[in-house]
Amino acid sequence: MADAPRKLTWRIGEVVETSPDTLRTKRLFLDVPGWVGHRAGQHVDVRLTAEDGYQAQRSYSIASAPENGRVELLIERLEDGEVSPYLTDEIRAGDGLELRGPIGGWFAWEAREGGPLFLVAGGSGIAPLMAMIRHRQAAGNDTPVRLLFSSRSYEDIIFREELERLAAEDETLQIAHTLTRSTPPGWEGYARRIDEEMLGEVAFSADERPLTFVCGPTPLVETVATALVGLGHEPARVKTERFGPTGG
Amino acid sequence: MDEHKLDGNAAAGVLAEIFTFEITTARSTCASCGATGEVGAQMAYVSEIGTVVRCAVCDNPLIRVVRQDDGPQRYWLDLKGIEYLQLQERL
Repeated sequence: MADAPRKLTWRIGEVVETSPDTLRTKRLFLDVPGWVGHRAGQHVDVRLTAEDGYQAQRSYSIASAPENGRVELLIERLEDGEVSPYLTDEIRAGDGLELRGPIGGWFAWEAREGGPLFLVAGGSGIAPLMAMIRHRQAAGNDTPVRLLFSSRSYEDIIFREELERLAAEDETLQIAHTLTRSTPPGWEGYARRIDEEMLGEVAFSADERPLTFVCGPTPLVETVATALVGLGHEPARVKTERFGPTGG
Repeated sequence: MDEHKLDGNAAAGVLAEIFTFEITTARSTCASCGATGEVGAQMAYVSEIGTVVRCAVCDNPLIRVVRQDDGPQRYWLDLKGIEYLQLQERL
């Protein structure tokens, strides 16, 4: 069924649960009255209003699968942020949060679009890609997926346990980690920033025509997109989502 | 000016205030170099003042949008960098 054109409106979502993930990230689960449903990869705008009327707005990717009625946001705490410290430290279950969405149909994937699917994440850039992985699983879809996930350290790997569990029970989901700052004893994954050599080892080959989604800090996104095109991937099948230099 | 270079997808919110069709999957043809592609695949420069979507090939400004927030909401929308824009219903 086609989407009826609709106007984007601000809504008040209710925080029904919060859950720490890594030391720097928190998961917020929201019930949003009138939520029209989303596609994996889309984002919401979140708006905070101070008592004096000052407003600050940020975009957050939706981490939950469309099949899940709740909207899950992954918040990374940025020390000098205007918005994220409130969302990681202050907000509680029962609080309202003003948001609008879903937004952005371009960086989105539906199981029916097939693949193979190559996902590259840096840090909290995993959020929209996690929605795709969860959506694929919830839809019972067996599109081959490879995830290359760059984190600072083992403790900083977001959604680590869920990713391990999903990969253990599904041989069509392959996950490669790289750690850029420190590695635990016996670490067998990569231990450097993502580069062309790593992409050559982990990515599907260009002639398999994978659909690629890359989300993370700008330098990572630009390195990966440039390297993939250098490896012969079609630019139009490499979709990117950069964080700003400051997120918030 | 504090301006962030992002993907065209980052302009989706403000443009969805104006367009009822999904704008990031609409295809634009650059009036300067003729490159055609989805708006989400272009570059967005987002600041407090407004948002500029630039051609990913030649950097020509395709869309400039400025929103005035005090009083009734008002938009200035400059599309002269686009030869044409193809909007499509999603099936």
